[in-house]
This record gives sequence, structure tokens and C-alpha cells, in this order.
Amino acid sequence: MHKFLIHKKGDHVGVATSDIEAGEEVAGVYMDDDSTVEVASKGEIPLGHKIAVEECEPGGAVIEYGVQIGAAPEGLSVGDYVHTHNLKSARW
Amino acid sequence: MEELFGYRRENGRVGVRNHVVILPVDDISNAACEAVARHIEGTLALPHSYGRLQYGEDLELHFRTMIGTGSNPNVAAAVVIGIEENWTKRVADGIAKTGKPVASFSIEGSGDLETVRRASWKAKEFVQWASELRREAVELKDLTVSIKCGESDTTTGLGSCPTVGTAVDVLVDEGASVFFGETSELTGGEHLIAERMATPELREKFEVTYDAYVSGIESRGVDLLGSQPTQGNVAGGISTIEEKALGNIEKTGTREVIGVLEPAEAPQDGPGLYFMDSSSAAAEHVTLMAAGGAVVHMFPTGQGNVVGNPILPVIKVTANPKTASSMAEHIDVDVSGLLSREITLPEAGELLMDNLRRTVNGRVTSAEALGHREFSMTKLYPSA
Repeated sequence: MHKFLIHKKGDHVGVATSDIEAGEEVAGVYMDDDSTVEVASKGEIPLGHKIAVEECEPGGAVIEYGVQIGAAPEGLSVGDYVHTHNLKSARW
Repeated sequence: MEELFGYRRENGRVGVRNHVVILPVDDISNAACEAVARHIEGTLALPHSYGRLQYGEDLELHFRTMIGTGSNPNVAAAVVIGIEENWTKRVADGIAKTGKPVASFSIEGSGDLETVRRASWKAKEFVQWASELRREAVELKDLTVSIKCGESDTTTGLGSCPTVGTAVDVLVDEGASVFFGETSELTGGEHLIAERMATPELREKFEVTYDAYVSGIESRGVDLLGSQPTQGNVAGGISTIEEKALGNIEKTGTREVIGVLEPAEAPQDGPGLYFMDSSSAAAEHVTLMAAGGAVVHMFPTGQGNVVGNPILPVIKVTANPKTASSMAEHIDVDVSGLLSREITLPEAGELLMDNLRRTVNGRVTSAEALGHREFSMTKLYPSA
């Protein structure tokens, strides 16, 4: 059973559809082609919060919905809990 | 599929409710309006905070909102009360252009008690007349529907907004009109809306409108960090304004945008999808949409916004299973099965369309049942 969904292939992040424990091996589904991915979570991720499914280099653009949603000043590694501590708006 | 029945008004527009409103032109006429509504069962006073010493564009918006609210097809008849005669008459005359019954009263020179007495007689006459109006068969193309999400989280972008987007495409294809707005909340995805404008002229008008709204905020030497996304959005997992905007835009569907409206402006062109320049604050937004002529509103929520409107039924849709359970009394359509993938997006869209049809036919929404009647005027600048 999946525990997160990803909008589009190529997105850096997926969204938890159930609460995820730290260290948990979880499956996600890409909504555009129904393919799946498995990730080991590095943090506790509540329902609705994000998990990284792709690496992002420091300062790099973070993509969700196939569009930039901000930048990751310290970068992201797969399994990271992604929220306001490591993802910043590029607008304000 | 359930047949639709609505109230066809004198000007041919179709309403889904049959209100007799007691409309104050200004804040100091609220007391008289509320007194009339207490005397006459079946009337609805619409108290608000403004209407004195406004000027310029801000005053024009005030009149547009007042006249638009009274003109809304969900309103059968209107009693207008203001402190002085000129502005009161201006609002009443604007509403009377629809052909519906309107009466106006000014308080200066006669006082609250005499005004309430005379207005109550008129309100009683209007209620008894409106009570004999009957619904008749109507079609989706007769409807104007508005959309706006609130207390959004990432589940709105995953589930409830795409559900509304599916319904918006159905409505537009059937020949209905749909309004969306939330100008500042398009930030990060404004280019996606610009690309959907039907003509280069509309695209430019949209870009000018968007830039003016955002530069208006920046001209105060501030940004929206901490406000947009809201604290509720962040608690729900949204990290940036761009992420919020992309979820928000999911609910606009995929069709081209055929008009860019001023706040509270009623479209003069034909049916289709319209952008209205507007605040993203729920009560203000829905009030503007109703003044522009929307008769029913589809409202996706994640963390659980409770907003309603006095004249416009607001249908709440959530895909967040926690909210569907913890705030069940506020939710009309639960599409949390999208997150567990137990239902498909077309099935979710059909659940919403079914609820929309029943709401049009008179089903009381959760917001109506809970007495949510937020009537909030948008104010552009300080009063003189």
C-alpha cells in the first residue's frame, strides 16, 4: 500500500497520504503514469507533508507539479522530510 | 441524472435560492436593517462595516458590491436602507435594472423607528410575493458558479482542487460561467494562467492586473512571508507560495480563460471561464464572486475552512481524511478516496457534480445549515 503520491515524473518531492515514521521503507505512486518508487524515510512525515524522492543540489530549484516551488539552500537527499526548514520560496 | 430546477428571474438569469434581502448602504444603517429582519420572517439582513467617506475606485467597488449583491439571481427582492437619500437611491436604482422588486428608505429626517416601520411593511409584501415563486426546469448552462479554496494543504493540490477542476471543465463545456480569482495566490503559477488567456489582449490585461496587486503589497515595504502561505497552510504541509499556487490552480480546470473581471464585476460577454481580480481571504472572495453574479460556490479545503455566504450556497470539498473525520459537519463532499486511490478523479468529479445538482435544487449545504453567512466587503484604501 502506497504511503505517498508524486504529481509528476521528475518532481523532487512526493506528498505523504498517511503519517510516515522515521526510518520507514515506504512506497509512492506517480500520479501521471501509475509507476511506483520506494524510499527510506529520514524523518517523521505527517500526512500532507513532503518527502524527497530525488536529490537536489544546494541552492537548486525544487520541482513539484513539474514546476518550481522554491529552492533548497542546503540541497535535498532522497528520503528527507521537506518543509519550510529546507525549502524556501523563490518569490518572497 | 438529476434534473435541475431554479428560479428564473425577470432578466432571464437563474437563481438557486430565493432570498429577500435587507441591504444596508452603510454601516450606520445596519441596526435598522437588522430590526426589519427581526420583524419579518424570511428576510435576511446583510450587515457590513463600510459605506461612509469612501471615494474613487474604493467607492466604485462599494457600489458595485452593493448593487451586485442585490442583483444576484439568488435574491428575489431587496429592501435597501441607507442614512441619506442619494447613495441609497443609487444602490436601489442599480438593483432595479434587473427588473426585480426593490424598495429604498433613507433614515435622515425620519429616524430609525419610522424607517423600520415603513421598510417592514415593504419587506412583508416582498416575502409573501417571493414565497409564491416556483422553481422551474433549468440547465447547467443557466448557472454561474464560483470557485476558491481555503485552509489549503497539500491534499487540496492532490485531491479536492483537481476534483473541482474536473467539475469546472464539465460546467464550461456545458455552457455555464465559472469565476476564479485569488490574485496574490497565483504567485509562482501566474504564467500558467497567463498562457490560458484566450487572446493576447486578455493576457496583457491579466498580467497588468496581477502585477498591480503584487506591487501594491510591495509598495508598503513588506512581503507576504508569514501570511501567504498562511499558518494553516504551513501546518498542512505547504512550504512556499509557489507550491500553494500550483495546488490552487488545479481547481481552475484546463479550459481557456475568456475574461478578466474587476472585483465584483458582472461579465458582459458570453459564458465561459473568467478570472476576477480578488483577495484570497475566503469571506471577501466569496462576497465579491456573489456580487459578480455567482449563484453557487465550490470550495475545496484541506485543513478545514468553515466559510459560508448569506446568499450563495458554498459546497465544501475535502480530500484530507483527517479533516473529513474531525470536521465532518463542515464537509459536503469527501473525496479522500483519491489519496488512498480507492476512487479515480473522474469519479470524484462526478460526486461533486451530483452534490452541485442537489444543492442547486435546494439541498442545504453544511455552511448554510451551520449558519455561516459571512458578508465581507473588500476595501481598497482607508476612508477619507
